[in-house]
Amino acid sequence: MDALILARIQFAANISFHILFPTITIALGWVLLFFKLRFNATGDDKWMDAYRFWVKVFALSFAMGVVSGITMSFQFGTNWPGFMERVGNIAGPLLAYEVLTAFFLEATFLGIMLFGWKRVPGWVHTGATVLVAFGTTMSAFWILVLNSWMHTPQGFEMREGVAHATDWFAIVFNPSMPYRLSHMLMASTLTVAFLLAGISAWRWLRGDRAPSVLAVLRTGIVMAAVGGPIQAFLGDAHGLNTLEHQPAKVAAMEGNWETQGSVPLLLFAIPDEAARENRFEIAIPYGASLILTHSLRGEVPGLNQFRGNHPPVAPVFFGFRIMVGTGLLMIAFGLVGAWFLWRRGALPRIMMWGLVGMTFSGWVATLAGWYVTEIGRQPWLVTGVLTTAQAAGPVPAASIGTTLVMYLVIYVLLLAAYIGTIYRLAARGRIAEAMPGSVMPTPKAVA
Amino acid sequence: MTPFLPPEWLPVIFAGLMALSILFYVVLDGFDLGVGILLPRVHEEADRDRMIAAIGPFWDANETWLVLGVGLLLVAFPSAHGVILTALYLPVAIMLVGLTLRGVAFEFRAKAHDLKTKRRWDHAFVAGSVTAALSQGWMLGHYVLGFAEGWAATAFAAMSAVGLAIAYAFIGAAWLIWRTEGALQRQAIGWARLAIWPLGVGILLVSAVTPLVSPRIFERWFSFPEVFLLAPLPIVTAALLLGVGNLLKHMPFPDDALRRLPFWGAVALFSLFFAGLAWSFFPYVVPERLTIWQSASAPESLSLILAGAIFVLPVILGYTVLAWRIFGGKARDLTYY
Repeated sequence: MDALILARIQFAANISFHILFPTITIALGWVLLFFKLRFNATGDDKWMDAYRFWVKVFALSFAMGVVSGITMSFQFGTNWPGFMERVGNIAGPLLAYEVLTAFFLEATFLGIMLFGWKRVPGWVHTGATVLVAFGTTMSAFWILVLNSWMHTPQGFEMREGVAHATDWFAIVFNPSMPYRLSHMLMASTLTVAFLLAGISAWRWLRGDRAPSVLAVLRTGIVMAAVGGPIQAFLGDAHGLNTLEHQPAKVAAMEGNWETQGSVPLLLFAIPDEAARENRFEIAIPYGASLILTHSLRGEVPGLNQFRGNHPPVAPVFFGFRIMVGTGLLMIAFGLVGAWFLWRRGALPRIMMWGLVGMTFSGWVATLAGWYVTEIGRQPWLVTGVLTTAQAAGPVPAASIGTTLVMYLVIYVLLLAAYIGTIYRLAARGRIAEAMPGSVMPTPKAVA
Repeated sequence: MTPFLPPEWLPVIFAGLMALSILFYVVLDGFDLGVGILLPRVHEEADRDRMIAAIGPFWDANETWLVLGVGLLLVAFPSAHGVILTALYLPVAIMLVGLTLRGVAFEFRAKAHDLKTKRRWDHAFVAGSVTAALSQGWMLGHYVLGFAEGWAATAFAAMSAVGLAIAYAFIGAAWLIWRTEGALQRQAIGWARLAIWPLGVGILLVSAVTPLVSPRIFERWFSFPEVFLLAPLPIVTAALLLGVGNLLKHMPFPDDALRRLPFWGAVALFSLFFAGLAWSFFPYVVPERLTIWQSASAPESLSLILAGAIFVLPVILGYTVLAWRIFGGKARDLTYY
């Protein structure tokens, strides 16, 4: 394999591993605040128990996000030196503001939030929780501004081959930013909703009937039932925005080879890039036209308009279907779960098992969605400004390959350890709740 | 946005900010990594927990200075960032794996369900800390020699790697002297005594080699009147080494007096050494190849970052001090609630 492909796989592996954890911490920070505020308001111990359990998951996820994020900050330079050389004047300030307004905030107050319980007054601890949640969201804001600008760049001019900012307002509020940001924040909400519900269902199935388990389960279901439909709406709006600014991506998502009207919605197909057609199509007539143009006979741009300049079709096409399929399943679980809670006050056992199966469904949908949008931008790294190939560096393929293997081994091991630890924590949930101090054994002198 | 400074000053300011971030990183994560390097010397479980507790609330924020340092290199000197990180591709990757292991092991060990699992993560913690320290030292060595190749350069980089690991172990021990008590503190004093002399040799070695390999740097230090103006730097360094070494011989004192002194002495040593390096290389960001002006980003973009940094950096320093106050004093057991 050549260096470019290896560099892309390496960066993709790292960024895919990384995004799993911010997807959890962004929303989980606010959920922890909710638990804390419920406890402050009601004095009910179950909210404190919920906080104590989930703050551990948060701490673990946060550490995973930090270490893989540091790797990413280096890989910008090692894998894509051309990126900063060409658009550094835009990307630089955005990244700098992320470090300055988000990273230090969350890292410092995380220490107080995790370990400051007995050392600071309650309001300071609540304040630290607010700042950590705010920091994770700020971090998402800046990085999504930059990512969206790479998709729909504006507010700059090229001088001697280098981008110079002319209008920072236009750069920050570029056309795809509001859609991508809200879609990602809601993705985080749903990922956490199913993590909360799935782990709680698993604890319930193992006979753990602590009030906190049911309270968290209910929180997760409500988040899913409310967030799921909103996400479908946001996703649709994001798709229409993409149709306007990156039609080639939408053509690949729909597997639409020719510009035409009355385009069917493909439920399944195998796109054949060589023959420029699909095999084994299963389609709903007029579906794609209806969704994209809100008219049965509406014309949808096809890949023929972008020959030689469009993304690889198959990964975008399948990624989109995996994302939407998982999303629909999540919506169904949220609504059915909420219905049961509302009508019967409890969930049937089979539903509990279903939720266990859905525990990490948010990861699947989020990753699939990111593959759609990022592969869908190819061959560009910054649309119309810089191709991915132009940004690659001089590092030989052998070095990239060796380190890629090293990263992959570490990531697989850590992911297994992460999931294993969460289930172990869940299995010990009741013991841990009854025995504060189990984090560090044998405290001789408690302050 | 129009630059509010003469544009040729912006790269200087950013070089200063970047150098400061790297110095902060080396001092702060230095003591974390040092504690990781020293962990295998302790076998008592409670003491091991206490060592980890002494760095627990800090390591995450400490590591963020690395992100800021490399981030400033990335945003302020993009072409230098590309040259340096591609030249150091492998050691960077190895360091990242080390930092990854160290960072997550910290969390995993706290949640381990039995001693065996906990010990396994302890091994990952130690291996990660040692690897990160060695690869950072290796990179420092290569950087100092301007990425020269050949066996002499490799040997120098290897010595630099070991040197930095010892320096981290020293500042880690100094931190533990401040933050622990009893038998563990006495052990830490012993480690600091052992580490300080090789540290002095390492400082001497790098200081001697840098001017020898670069006539420009030689010129910088040994021309008139610089040689007199700069003389305090090595003299103060030597005095500090002797002073702290002597102090350690007599520690611990009754009532735990002067417990902070070895740590702040180590901070002063690190800072002086770093100032010497900075003086040697300024204005080059890639030694002898790229100056800060040649590789700087557009002034409009730098101004925008600077405007934010002027407001935000004091706030960051403010809440860092707050966290240090909250977690001041001796390390106790560390619990989430």
